[in-house]
Amino acid sequence: MLDVVPSPAPAAGGEHLLRAEGIVKHFPIKEGIFFKHQVGSVKAVDGVSLEVRRGETLGLVGETGCGKSTLARCIMRLFPLTAGHLTFDGADLSTLSRSQMRPYRRGMQMIFQDPYGSLNSRRRVGSIIGDPLAIHNIAKGAERKKMVQGFMEVVGLNPEHYNRFPAEFSGGQRQRIGVARALALRPKLIVCDEPVSALDVSIQAQIINLLEDLQGEFGLTYLFIAHNLSVVQHVSDRVAVMYLGKIVEVAEVKDLYGTPRHPYTNALLSASVVADPDKARSRDRIILTGDVPSPINPPSGCRFHTRCPKAQAICSTEEPILKSGAGDSASHLAACHFPVADGEKIASGKATILHAVEGFLAEAPK
Amino acid sequence: MSLSTVEVVSTEAPAETPGVGGIEGRSPLRLVLARLRTDRVALASIGVLVLIVLLALGAPLISAITGHSPTVTNVDNGTDANGQPLPPGTGGFLLGTDNLGRDILVRIAYGARISLLVGVLATAIATVVGVVVGLFAGYFGGWLDSILARLMDVVLSFPYVLFAIVLVSVFGASLPLVILVIAFFSFAAIGRIVRGQALSQREKEYVEAAHSLGAGNLRIMFVDILPNLVAPVIVLATLLIPAAIIFEATLSFLGLGVGPPTASWGNMLSDAEGVGFQAWWFYIFPMLFLLATTLAFNLLGDAVRDALDPRTERIFAGRRKKKKPA
Repeated sequence: MLDVVPSPAPAAGGEHLLRAEGIVKHFPIKEGIFFKHQVGSVKAVDGVSLEVRRGETLGLVGETGCGKSTLARCIMRLFPLTAGHLTFDGADLSTLSRSQMRPYRRGMQMIFQDPYGSLNSRRRVGSIIGDPLAIHNIAKGAERKKMVQGFMEVVGLNPEHYNRFPAEFSGGQRQRIGVARALALRPKLIVCDEPVSALDVSIQAQIINLLEDLQGEFGLTYLFIAHNLSVVQHVSDRVAVMYLGKIVEVAEVKDLYGTPRHPYTNALLSASVVADPDKARSRDRIILTGDVPSPINPPSGCRFHTRCPKAQAICSTEEPILKSGAGDSASHLAACHFPVADGEKIASGKATILHAVEGFLAEAPK
Repeated sequence: MSLSTVEVVSTEAPAETPGVGGIEGRSPLRLVLARLRTDRVALASIGVLVLIVLLALGAPLISAITGHSPTVTNVDNGTDANGQPLPPGTGGFLLGTDNLGRDILVRIAYGARISLLVGVLATAIATVVGVVVGLFAGYFGGWLDSILARLMDVVLSFPYVLFAIVLVSVFGASLPLVILVIAFFSFAAIGRIVRGQALSQREKEYVEAAHSLGAGNLRIMFVDILPNLVAPVIVLATLLIPAAIIFEATLSFLGLGVGPPTASWGNMLSDAEGVGFQAWWFYIFPMLFLLATTLAFNLLGDAVRDALDPRTERIFAGRRKKKKPA
């Protein structure tokens, strides 16, 4: 019954479904009561280029506040871009107005992080999932209901719950509602903005399995944003690492997790949870000192140089570009002047409370 | 649909709750009605209002039964030998007569029509205008918000009686004008609340979700945001009705509202000016009806607010609970 939806225009744009070039999103900071003037800007996303291939899952990781979600919203064109080009399925979306964007939204949809906030609590589930069908005039009345119930079944919801309110569902079920809503237009690309980070660990696996099943069933392409490295490793074909509004490393999953080149990627991976306690105790951790610098006034040169254990003079003056290092596959790109070599140890010791205290004291003003 | 979701279903789908509403969720409206049914103050207010509505609807009937017209003066039967109004219960006049010999009961019944009409219609217009203005101001923000919000501030700080006097002197007193004047001075109260709510709602993730689906601004405003504002709007509208009734009575009392000989509670009170204690029924009865109606609407509004948001403190809750065991 799902075949009723005509699939979007035939493939155009070649191997890459989505291509983002130099995406910039600055949020202005304004001051003044009557006459507002700009006093600065939050450089949430500052020149990000990435490609998403058809049918793949591109993972996007980075710590809180690095601009992952802003990038997702830029790609979904939920707000105008400050600069940059966005090509989806061969069409340039970078400067389209809101109404011009509407037909393209059938090709790209989004799953939101918060299964509570992203569903309108005053509307019934049937009308929430049927919303895209109504907006794009795809189906009406009984036909729409039949389609919505079909999608509810696909995502593992009881179709008889059509008339319930979101409040009557658990977090996992709500996220399924969000998945069904994103699926209803039969998009090619689904941007998943931390789709499981608000859920119980046991439910996370169910939603991830559901997303993987749907990918096979509907031929979906995912841009999967998360800060949980294990989840990203599990679902992704390729992974991009973001730091302070920039992509610092992109690679196939096995390359990125096997031979991370950027010191920041190394630090991230060394901080991730290891299931084996013996290994966890014995491994070395890279302890970064300080906090993420403010995106209002980011560091010059390489943005990571203020916290990088390998930083040298050039790092603060010259910004490294994303390039493939010697001996790496062409798809493994890192933006670093001094990429980490195989087997090189940049770890600064084991993670201990003492270490954290020392770091704190070093930071503290004299 | 040969998806391997079967095992997923079995792990998460809850056991079907048996009984009523197992499949269909109870809508907020039905929850509110259910809560109102247990609220005795609300039920009493609804009872009073039903009686007044019946009185208004049955006004021609009362007129026919008593044989008294609400407007035609009746000096022969309606006044005593000295030309003074008849007290309640005499000469077939249940609530007495006024100085022109007209039946107070019949006039109150016709006055109820005016009061309810003005109260409901003015509030309806004010609500629609207020919701639209508030939604546009709050949702779009920017210069549109600046203009609309300032406009509402101006309306709220306007000396409305002076404004009404000017309007009446230009256009002449009439019912539609009264309704429009009242609606104009009431819409800002709703508009400000709606604007504030819309400002906070538009930042919610569900609005972003609707945007990502391709929903237009109007759809987001009226299909997504508006249902989330229904609670405060209903409460405010219920409380605006008595305010509008009082407003009408005030205007009519000042001779700026519904003009004679049409009966309205306001101009009945105006007619009674100066009769003092001699003909107390002349003003006491219209006053009582005005009081009962506005009090019932106000208490109902409070009860609706309690029912819509059970977390707010109930005004009469303590007293009602204490009464129960006795």
